Amino acid sequence: MLKTVEEIKAAIEAAIPGAGVEFVPNPGPAAEHSLLLRPESAVAVAKFLRDDAELAFDYLSNVTGVDWPDKEIVEKVKAMRITTKTVDGVEQQVEETVEETRKRIEPGCLEAVYHLYSVAKKHGPLVIRMRTENRTDRVTLPSLTPIWRGAEFQEREVFDLYGIVFAGHPDLRRILMWEEFKDHPMRKDFVEPDDYEYEPTAHDHVLKRAQAHPAAVVASGSQRWRDEGIR
Amino acid sequence: MDEHLKIELGKQGIVVTTLQELYNWGRRNSIWPMQFGLACCAIEMIATTMARFDMARFGAEVFRPSPRQADLMIISGTVTKKMAPQVVRLYNQMAEPRYVIAMGACAISGGPFKQGYNVLKGIDRYIPVDVHIPGCPPRPEALLEAFMALQKKIDAQPLTGAGRPRFLDSEARGEFPIPVPGEHDLEPASNRGVWPVEIETGTKGPRD
Repeated sequence: MLKTVEEIKAAIEAAIPGAGVEFVPNPGPAAEHSLLLRPESAVAVAKFLRDDAELAFDYLSNVTGVDWPDKEIVEKVKAMRITTKTVDGVEQQVEETVEETRKRIEPGCLEAVYHLYSVAKKHGPLVIRMRTENRTDRVTLPSLTPIWRGAEFQEREVFDLYGIVFAGHPDLRRILMWEEFKDHPMRKDFVEPDDYEYEPTAHDHVLKRAQAHPAAVVASGSQRWRDEGIR
Repeated sequence: MDEHLKIELGKQGIVVTTLQELYNWGRRNSIWPMQFGLACCAIEMIATTMARFDMARFGAEVFRPSPRQADLMIISGTVTKKMAPQVVRLYNQMAEPRYVIAMGACAISGGPFKQGYNVLKGIDRYIPVDVHIPGCPPRPEALLEAFMALQKKIDAQPLTGAGRPRFLDSEARGEFPIPVPGEHDLEPASNRGVWPVEIETGTKGPRD
Protein backbone atom coordinates (compact mmCIF):
# COMPACT_ATOMS: atom_id res chain seq x y z
CA MET A 1 0.00 0.00 0.00
CA LEU A 2 1.36 3.31 -1.00
CA LYS A 3 -0.05 5.41 1.75
CA THR A 4 -0.90 4.76 5.35
CA VAL A 5 -4.43 5.27 6.57
CA GLU A 6 -3.35 8.49 8.27
CA GLU A 7 -1.94 9.79 5.01
CA ILE A 8 -5.14 8.90 3.18
CA LYS A 9 -7.08 10.73 5.87
CA ALA A 10 -4.91 13.80 5.34
CA ALA A 11 -5.39 13.55 1.57
CA ILE A 12 -9.17 13.39 1.99
CA GLU A 13 -9.19 16.40 4.28
CA ALA A 14 -7.04 18.37 1.87
CA ALA A 15 -9.33 17.57 -1.05
CA ILE A 16 -12.66 17.91 0.73
CA PRO A 17 -12.63 20.58 3.43
CA GLY A 18 -14.89 19.72 6.32
CA ALA A 19 -15.15 16.05 5.43
CA GLY A 20 -14.84 15.18 9.10
CA VAL A 21 -13.11 11.86 8.62
CA GLU A 22 -12.24 10.11 11.85
CA PHE A 23 -9.37 7.70 12.30
CA VAL A 24 -10.38 4.40 13.95
CA PRO A 25 -7.31 2.52 15.16
CA ASN A 26 -7.21 -1.26 15.34
CA PRO A 27 -5.18 -2.30 18.38
CA GLY A 28 -4.88 -5.92 17.23
CA PRO A 29 -1.79 -7.40 15.60
CA ALA A 30 -3.37 -6.95 12.16
CA ALA A 31 -3.34 -3.20 12.79
CA GLU A 32 -5.91 -2.73 10.07
CA HIS A 33 -6.91 0.81 10.87
CA SER A 34 -9.99 2.27 9.31
CA LEU A 35 -11.66 5.57 8.56
CA LEU A 36 -15.03 6.58 9.95
CA LEU A 37 -16.89 8.76 7.48
CA ARG A 38 -19.63 11.22 8.28
CA PRO A 39 -22.83 10.28 6.44
CA GLU A 40 -23.22 13.81 5.04
CA SER A 41 -19.88 13.81 3.26
CA ALA A 42 -19.47 10.07 2.66
CA VAL A 43 -20.47 10.09 -1.01
CA ALA A 44 -18.05 12.93 -1.81
CA VAL A 45 -15.25 11.16 0.07
CA ALA A 46 -15.99 7.87 -1.69
CA LYS A 47 -15.95 9.61 -5.05
CA PHE A 48 -12.58 11.12 -4.18
CA LEU A 49 -11.17 7.74 -3.11
CA ARG A 50 -12.26 6.22 -6.40
CA ASP A 51 -11.27 9.04 -8.74
CA ASP A 52 -8.05 10.29 -7.17
CA ALA A 53 -5.20 9.33 -9.50
CA GLU A 54 -2.92 8.20 -6.71
CA LEU A 55 -5.43 6.32 -4.55
CA ALA A 56 -7.68 4.93 -7.33
CA PHE A 57 -9.77 2.60 -5.17
CA ASP A 58 -11.65 1.16 -8.10
CA TYR A 59 -12.77 -2.10 -6.52
CA LEU A 60 -15.19 -2.58 -3.64
CA SER A 61 -14.63 -6.08 -2.32
CA ASN A 62 -16.93 -6.30 0.66
CA VAL A 63 -19.73 -4.53 2.47
CA THR A 64 -20.79 -5.73 5.87
CA GLY A 65 -22.70 -4.56 8.88
CA VAL A 66 -21.96 -4.34 12.58
CA ASP A 67 -24.51 -4.00 15.33
CA TRP A 68 -23.38 -2.07 18.36
CA PRO A 69 -26.08 -2.58 21.00
CA ASP A 70 -26.75 -0.09 23.78
CA LYS A 71 -24.04 -0.60 26.34
CA GLU A 72 -24.48 -0.19 30.07
CA ILE A 73 -21.30 1.14 31.53
CA VAL A 74 -20.72 0.73 35.25
CA GLU A 75 -18.16 3.11 36.65
CA LYS A 76 -16.75 3.39 40.12
CA VAL A 77 -16.23 6.99 41.01
CA LYS A 78 -14.43 8.21 44.09
CA ALA A 79 -16.23 11.07 45.76
CA MET A 80 -15.46 13.13 48.84
CA ARG A 81 -18.18 13.38 51.43
CA ILE A 82 -18.46 15.11 54.78
CA THR A 83 -19.87 12.95 57.48
CA THR A 84 -20.35 13.28 61.19
CA LYS A 85 -18.41 10.84 63.27
CA THR A 86 -17.80 10.36 66.93
CA VAL A 87 -14.09 10.29 67.62
CA ASP A 88 -12.93 9.95 71.26
CA GLY A 89 -16.39 10.83 72.54
CA VAL A 90 -16.44 14.11 70.60
CA GLU A 91 -18.56 14.66 67.53
CA GLN A 92 -16.47 15.77 64.59
CA GLN A 93 -16.99 16.52 60.97
CA VAL A 94 -14.73 14.29 58.90
CA GLU A 95 -14.04 14.25 55.19
CA GLU A 96 -14.32 10.80 53.78
CA THR A 97 -13.65 9.16 50.42
CA VAL A 98 -16.57 7.08 49.28
CA GLU A 99 -16.74 4.86 46.23
CA GLU A 100 -19.89 5.36 44.24
CA THR A 101 -21.13 3.13 41.46
CA ARG A 102 -22.60 5.06 38.59
CA LYS A 103 -24.38 3.53 35.66
CA ARG A 104 -24.83 5.15 32.31
CA ILE A 105 -26.11 3.79 29.04
CA GLU A 106 -23.99 4.37 26.00
CA PRO A 107 -26.36 4.44 23.02
CA GLY A 108 -25.64 1.89 20.34
CA CYS A 109 -25.59 2.26 16.59
CA LEU A 110 -25.47 0.32 13.38
CA GLU A 111 -22.35 0.39 11.28
CA ALA A 112 -21.66 -0.34 7.63
CA VAL A 113 -18.10 -1.37 6.79
CA TYR A 114 -16.66 -1.21 3.27
CA HIS A 115 -13.41 -2.83 2.12
CA LEU A 116 -11.78 -1.10 -0.82
CA TYR A 117 -8.97 -2.23 -3.09
CA SER A 118 -7.25 -0.72 -6.06
CA VAL A 119 -6.81 -3.10 -8.93
CA ALA A 120 -5.06 -0.46 -11.02
CA LYS A 121 -2.53 0.46 -8.33
CA LYS A 122 -2.47 -2.99 -6.69
CA HIS A 123 -3.01 -1.76 -3.17
CA GLY A 124 -5.55 -2.19 -0.43
CA PRO A 125 -7.53 -2.89 1.55
CA LEU A 126 -8.79 0.40 2.87
CA VAL A 127 -11.55 -0.02 5.41
CA ILE A 128 -14.15 2.72 5.63
CA ARG A 129 -17.05 2.82 8.04
CA MET A 130 -20.27 4.74 8.49
CA ARG A 131 -22.42 4.81 11.59
CA THR A 132 -26.12 5.49 12.03
CA GLU A 133 -27.38 7.80 14.73
CA ASN A 134 -29.13 5.04 16.66
CA ARG A 135 -30.42 1.52 16.23
CA THR A 136 -34.15 2.15 16.02
CA ASP A 137 -35.49 5.00 13.91
CA ARG A 138 -32.55 7.03 12.60
CA VAL A 139 -30.87 4.28 10.62
CA THR A 140 -30.31 5.95 7.26
CA LEU A 141 -26.90 6.04 5.63
CA PRO A 142 -26.00 7.21 2.13
CA SER A 143 -25.69 4.42 -0.40
CA LEU A 144 -22.31 4.02 -2.09
CA THR A 145 -23.81 2.06 -4.98
CA PRO A 146 -23.60 5.11 -7.28
CA ILE A 147 -19.84 5.11 -6.68
CA TRP A 148 -19.16 1.36 -6.70
CA ARG A 149 -21.79 -0.65 -8.54
CA GLY A 150 -20.64 -3.77 -6.70
CA ALA A 151 -22.18 -2.45 -3.50
CA GLU A 152 -25.72 -2.98 -4.75
CA PHE A 153 -26.42 -6.53 -3.59
CA GLN A 154 -24.23 -6.25 -0.51
CA GLU A 155 -26.00 -3.11 0.69
CA ARG A 156 -29.26 -4.95 0.14
CA GLU A 157 -27.92 -7.75 2.32
CA VAL A 158 -26.92 -5.30 5.05
CA PHE A 159 -30.38 -3.74 4.80
CA ASP A 160 -31.96 -7.18 5.07
CA LEU A 161 -29.95 -8.51 7.99
CA TYR A 162 -29.18 -5.32 9.97
CA GLY A 163 -31.89 -2.89 8.92
CA ILE A 164 -29.67 -0.05 7.75
CA VAL A 165 -31.57 2.01 5.16
CA PHE A 166 -29.32 3.13 2.32
CA ALA A 167 -30.55 6.40 0.85
CA GLY A 168 -29.93 6.64 -2.87
CA HIS A 169 -29.80 2.89 -3.43
CA PRO A 170 -31.41 2.04 -6.79
CA ASP A 171 -33.29 -1.07 -5.63
CA LEU A 172 -33.41 -1.43 -1.88
CA ARG A 173 -35.32 -4.66 -1.19
CA ARG A 174 -34.65 -7.65 1.00
CA ILE A 175 -32.31 -10.05 -0.72
CA LEU A 176 -32.11 -13.15 1.50
CA MET A 177 -35.25 -13.19 3.59
CA TRP A 178 -38.71 -12.90 2.12
CA GLU A 179 -40.43 -9.56 1.55
CA GLU A 180 -42.96 -10.00 4.36
CA PHE A 181 -40.27 -10.65 6.96
CA LYS A 182 -40.11 -7.94 9.62
CA ASP A 183 -37.00 -8.71 11.67
CA HIS A 184 -33.32 -8.18 11.07
CA PRO A 185 -31.70 -11.49 11.96
CA MET A 186 -28.11 -10.35 12.45
CA ARG A 187 -29.01 -7.82 15.11
CA LYS A 188 -28.03 -8.76 18.63
CA ASP A 189 -31.59 -8.46 19.92
CA PHE A 190 -33.12 -10.68 17.23
CA VAL A 191 -35.53 -13.24 18.67
CA GLU A 192 -35.35 -16.57 16.86
CA PRO A 193 -38.61 -18.11 15.66
CA ASP A 194 -39.81 -20.68 18.12
CA ASP A 195 -39.88 -23.66 15.77
CA TYR A 196 -38.48 -26.02 18.32
CA GLU A 197 -38.07 -29.63 17.34
CA TYR A 198 -37.22 -32.68 19.38
CA GLU A 199 -33.50 -33.26 19.57
CA PRO A 200 -31.91 -36.46 20.80
CA THR A 201 -28.83 -34.76 22.25
CA ALA A 202 -30.09 -31.40 23.47
CA HIS A 203 -27.54 -29.41 25.41
CA ASP A 204 -26.77 -25.85 26.47
CA HIS A 205 -29.21 -23.32 25.01
CA VAL A 206 -30.94 -26.01 22.95
CA LEU A 207 -31.70 -27.89 26.16
CA LYS A 208 -33.08 -24.73 27.73
CA ARG A 209 -35.34 -24.25 24.75
CA ALA A 210 -36.48 -27.86 24.95
CA GLN A 211 -37.30 -27.52 28.63
CA ALA A 212 -39.24 -24.33 28.02
CA HIS A 213 -41.54 -26.21 25.67
CA PRO A 214 -44.43 -27.92 27.38
CA ALA A 215 -44.82 -31.47 26.11
CA ALA A 216 -48.50 -30.75 25.39
CA VAL A 217 -47.69 -28.29 22.62
CA VAL A 218 -45.64 -30.80 20.71
CA ALA A 219 -48.01 -33.68 21.35
CA SER A 220 -51.13 -31.78 20.31
CA GLY A 221 -50.01 -31.89 16.70
CA SER A 222 -50.35 -35.63 16.43
CA GLN A 223 -53.64 -35.41 18.31
CA ARG A 224 -55.02 -33.03 15.72
CA TRP A 225 -53.76 -35.33 13.04
CA ARG A 226 -55.84 -38.13 14.52
CA ASP A 227 -58.90 -35.90 14.85
CA GLU A 228 -58.87 -34.60 11.33
CA GLY A 229 -58.06 -38.00 9.88
CA ILE A 230 -55.78 -36.62 7.20
CA ARG A 231 -53.62 -39.07 5.41
CA MET B 1 -50.96 -68.32 -4.73
CA ASP B 2 -48.44 -70.91 -3.76
CA GLU B 3 -44.98 -69.88 -4.89
CA HIS B 4 -43.94 -73.41 -5.93
CA LEU B 5 -47.05 -73.88 -8.03
CA LYS B 6 -46.35 -70.56 -9.69
CA ILE B 7 -42.84 -71.69 -10.61
CA GLU B 8 -44.12 -75.06 -11.88
CA LEU B 9 -46.70 -73.34 -14.06
CA GLY B 10 -43.99 -70.98 -15.29
CA LYS B 11 -41.98 -74.00 -16.46
CA GLN B 12 -44.99 -75.09 -18.49
CA GLY B 13 -45.13 -71.69 -20.13
CA ILE B 14 -48.01 -70.32 -18.12
CA VAL B 15 -47.51 -67.02 -16.38
CA VAL B 16 -49.64 -66.55 -13.33
CA THR B 17 -49.76 -63.16 -11.70
CA THR B 18 -52.09 -60.77 -9.99
CA LEU B 19 -53.17 -57.36 -11.15
CA GLN B 20 -51.52 -55.92 -8.07
CA GLU B 21 -48.17 -57.50 -8.89
CA LEU B 22 -48.31 -56.37 -12.47
CA TYR B 23 -49.39 -52.89 -11.51
CA ASN B 24 -46.74 -52.44 -8.85
CA TRP B 25 -44.08 -53.92 -11.13
CA GLY B 26 -44.83 -51.25 -13.68
CA ARG B 27 -44.99 -48.51 -11.09
CA ARG B 28 -41.75 -49.32 -9.36
CA ASN B 29 -39.70 -49.65 -12.54
CA SER B 30 -40.59 -46.34 -14.09
CA ILE B 31 -40.13 -43.78 -11.38
CA TRP B 32 -39.13 -40.57 -13.06
CA PRO B 33 -37.53 -38.08 -10.71
CA MET B 34 -38.06 -34.39 -10.99
CA GLN B 35 -35.11 -32.43 -12.27
CA PHE B 36 -34.30 -30.02 -9.52
CA GLY B 37 -31.61 -29.72 -6.91
CA LEU B 38 -31.43 -27.54 -3.84
CA ALA B 39 -27.86 -27.65 -2.55
CA CYS B 40 -24.71 -29.76 -2.43
CA CYS B 41 -26.68 -33.05 -2.22
CA ALA B 42 -27.80 -32.31 -5.78
CA ILE B 43 -24.21 -32.90 -6.94
CA GLU B 44 -24.37 -36.42 -5.50
CA MET B 45 -27.77 -36.89 -7.11
CA ILE B 46 -26.30 -35.87 -10.46
CA ALA B 47 -23.42 -38.29 -9.93
CA THR B 48 -25.95 -41.06 -9.24
CA THR B 49 -27.49 -40.57 -12.65
CA MET B 50 -24.17 -40.70 -14.48
CA ALA B 51 -22.41 -43.74 -15.90
CA ARG B 52 -20.57 -44.94 -12.80
CA PHE B 53 -23.62 -45.35 -10.57
CA ASP B 54 -26.14 -45.44 -13.40
CA MET B 55 -29.57 -44.85 -11.95
CA ALA B 56 -30.96 -45.98 -15.32
CA ARG B 57 -30.66 -49.54 -14.04
CA PHE B 58 -33.71 -48.82 -11.91
CA GLY B 59 -35.76 -47.21 -14.63
CA ALA B 60 -35.20 -43.74 -13.21
CA GLU B 61 -32.84 -42.15 -15.67
CA VAL B 62 -35.40 -39.73 -17.09
CA PHE B 63 -35.27 -36.58 -15.01
CA ARG B 64 -38.32 -34.56 -15.91
CA PRO B 65 -38.08 -30.79 -15.86
CA SER B 66 -41.83 -30.49 -15.28
CA PRO B 67 -43.57 -31.58 -12.10
CA ARG B 68 -46.52 -32.73 -14.23
CA GLN B 69 -44.41 -35.52 -15.71
CA ALA B 70 -42.46 -36.50 -12.61
CA ASP B 71 -43.20 -39.26 -10.11
CA LEU B 72 -40.46 -38.72 -7.58
CA MET B 73 -39.26 -35.64 -5.82
CA ILE B 74 -35.72 -35.93 -4.48
CA ILE B 75 -35.28 -33.17 -1.90
CA SER B 76 -31.56 -32.87 -2.44
CA GLY B 77 -30.27 -30.33 0.00
CA THR B 78 -31.08 -27.58 2.47
CA VAL B 79 -34.62 -26.27 2.26
CA THR B 80 -34.63 -22.64 3.33
CA LYS B 81 -37.80 -21.11 4.64
CA LYS B 82 -37.88 -18.91 1.57
CA MET B 83 -37.75 -21.96 -0.70
CA ALA B 84 -40.15 -24.19 1.25
CA PRO B 85 -43.41 -22.76 -0.21
CA GLN B 86 -42.09 -23.37 -3.71
CA VAL B 87 -41.10 -26.95 -2.86
CA VAL B 88 -44.59 -27.66 -1.50
CA ARG B 89 -46.14 -26.00 -4.54
CA LEU B 90 -44.07 -28.19 -6.89
CA TYR B 91 -45.12 -31.23 -4.91
CA ASN B 92 -48.76 -30.19 -5.26
CA GLN B 93 -48.28 -29.87 -9.01
CA MET B 94 -47.01 -33.42 -9.37
CA ALA B 95 -49.52 -35.99 -10.54
CA GLU B 96 -50.19 -39.12 -8.51
CA PRO B 97 -48.57 -41.53 -7.95
CA ARG B 98 -45.85 -39.39 -6.41
CA TYR B 99 -43.12 -40.12 -3.95
CA VAL B 100 -40.62 -38.11 -1.98
CA ILE B 101 -37.06 -38.97 -0.99
CA ALA B 102 -35.55 -36.59 1.57
CA MET B 103 -31.87 -36.73 0.76
CA GLY B 104 -29.28 -35.73 3.31
CA ALA B 105 -29.15 -34.28 6.79
CA CYS B 106 -30.60 -30.90 5.80
CA ALA B 107 -33.64 -32.27 4.00
CA ILE B 108 -34.54 -34.60 6.87
CA SER B 109 -33.91 -32.30 9.83
CA GLY B 110 -32.15 -29.08 8.89
CA GLY B 111 -28.77 -30.73 9.33
CA PRO B 112 -25.89 -28.49 10.37
CA PHE B 113 -28.16 -25.46 9.86
CA LYS B 114 -30.86 -26.78 12.18
CA GLN B 115 -30.49 -23.96 14.68
CA GLY B 116 -30.64 -21.31 11.97
CA TYR B 117 -33.49 -18.85 11.69
CA ASN B 118 -33.83 -19.30 7.93
CA VAL B 119 -33.68 -23.08 7.49
CA LEU B 120 -36.63 -25.42 7.50
CA LYS B 121 -36.05 -28.18 10.01
CA GLY B 122 -36.94 -31.02 7.66
CA ILE B 123 -39.20 -31.04 4.62
CA ASP B 124 -41.41 -33.64 6.31
CA ARG B 125 -42.95 -30.72 8.19
CA TYR B 126 -44.96 -29.93 5.06
CA ILE B 127 -45.10 -32.93 2.74
CA PRO B 128 -45.13 -36.69 3.38
CA VAL B 129 -41.71 -38.23 2.88
CA ASP B 130 -41.38 -41.89 1.80
CA VAL B 131 -37.67 -42.43 2.37
CA HIS B 132 -35.22 -40.44 4.50
CA ILE B 133 -31.50 -40.78 3.79
CA PRO B 134 -29.01 -39.52 6.36
CA GLY B 135 -25.58 -38.28 5.35
CA CYS B 136 -23.88 -35.03 4.58
CA PRO B 137 -24.09 -35.51 1.68
CA PRO B 138 -25.14 -39.15 1.26
CA ARG B 139 -23.01 -41.05 -1.23
CA PRO B 140 -24.64 -42.11 -4.52
CA GLU B 141 -24.85 -45.65 -3.14
CA ALA B 142 -27.05 -44.32 -0.34
CA LEU B 143 -29.37 -42.69 -2.85
CA LEU B 144 -29.56 -45.96 -4.78
CA GLU B 145 -30.30 -47.74 -1.51
CA ALA B 146 -33.09 -45.27 -0.85
CA PHE B 147 -34.34 -45.86 -4.34
CA MET B 148 -34.45 -49.59 -3.78
CA ALA B 149 -36.20 -49.04 -0.46
CA LEU B 150 -38.81 -46.99 -2.27
CA GLN B 151 -39.24 -49.75 -4.87
CA LYS B 152 -39.74 -52.28 -2.09
CA LYS B 153 -42.28 -49.99 -0.49
CA ILE B 154 -44.20 -49.65 -3.75
CA ASP B 155 -44.01 -53.39 -4.34
CA ALA B 156 -45.53 -54.15 -0.97
CA GLN B 157 -48.47 -51.78 -1.39
CA PRO B 158 -51.86 -53.44 -1.75
CA LEU B 159 -54.24 -51.81 -4.23
CA THR B 160 -57.25 -52.11 -1.96
CA GLY B 161 -57.81 -51.85 1.77
CA ALA B 162 -56.21 -49.77 4.45
CA GLY B 163 -52.64 -49.63 3.12
CA ARG B 164 -53.54 -48.65 -0.43
CA PRO B 165 -51.69 -45.81 -2.10
CA ARG B 166 -53.04 -42.31 -1.70
CA PHE B 167 -54.20 -41.95 -5.28
CA LEU B 168 -56.49 -44.96 -4.96
CA ASP B 169 -58.06 -43.51 -1.84
CA SER B 170 -60.85 -41.11 -2.72
CA GLU B 171 -60.85 -39.75 0.82
CA ALA B 172 -57.18 -38.82 0.82
CA ARG B 173 -56.20 -35.25 0.40
CA GLY B 174 -54.31 -34.55 -2.80
CA GLU B 175 -53.20 -31.02 -2.12
CA PHE B 176 -51.02 -29.97 0.75
CA PRO B 177 -51.30 -26.51 2.28
CA ILE B 178 -48.57 -24.18 1.07
CA PRO B 179 -46.98 -22.26 3.94
CA VAL B 180 -47.25 -18.50 3.75
CA PRO B 181 -44.19 -16.35 4.47
CA GLY B 182 -45.06 -14.51 7.66
CA GLU B 183 -43.59 -11.61 9.57
CA HIS B 184 -41.28 -13.78 11.67
CA ASP B 185 -41.58 -17.33 10.36
CA LEU B 186 -43.50 -19.46 7.90
CA GLU B 187 -47.16 -19.76 8.74
CA PRO B 188 -48.00 -22.37 9.78
CA ALA B 189 -44.64 -23.61 11.06
CA SER B 190 -45.63 -27.14 10.05
CA ASN B 191 -48.45 -28.92 8.31
CA ARG B 192 -50.31 -30.64 11.11
CA GLY B 193 -51.50 -33.23 8.60
CA VAL B 194 -48.07 -34.71 8.21
CA TRP B 195 -46.02 -33.52 11.17
CA PRO B 196 -45.24 -34.39 13.87
CA VAL B 197 -45.44 -37.99 12.82
CA GLU B 198 -47.47 -40.10 15.19
CA ILE B 199 -45.46 -42.68 17.04
CA GLU B 200 -47.25 -45.97 16.73
CA THR B 201 -45.41 -48.01 19.35
CA GLY B 202 -48.17 -47.55 21.91
CA THR B 203 -45.66 -46.50 24.54
CA LYS B 204 -44.78 -42.90 25.07
CA GLY B 205 -42.38 -41.63 22.50
CA PRO B 206 -39.67 -39.03 22.97
CA ARG B 207 -42.07 -36.27 21.95
CA ASP B 208 -44.67 -37.03 24.60
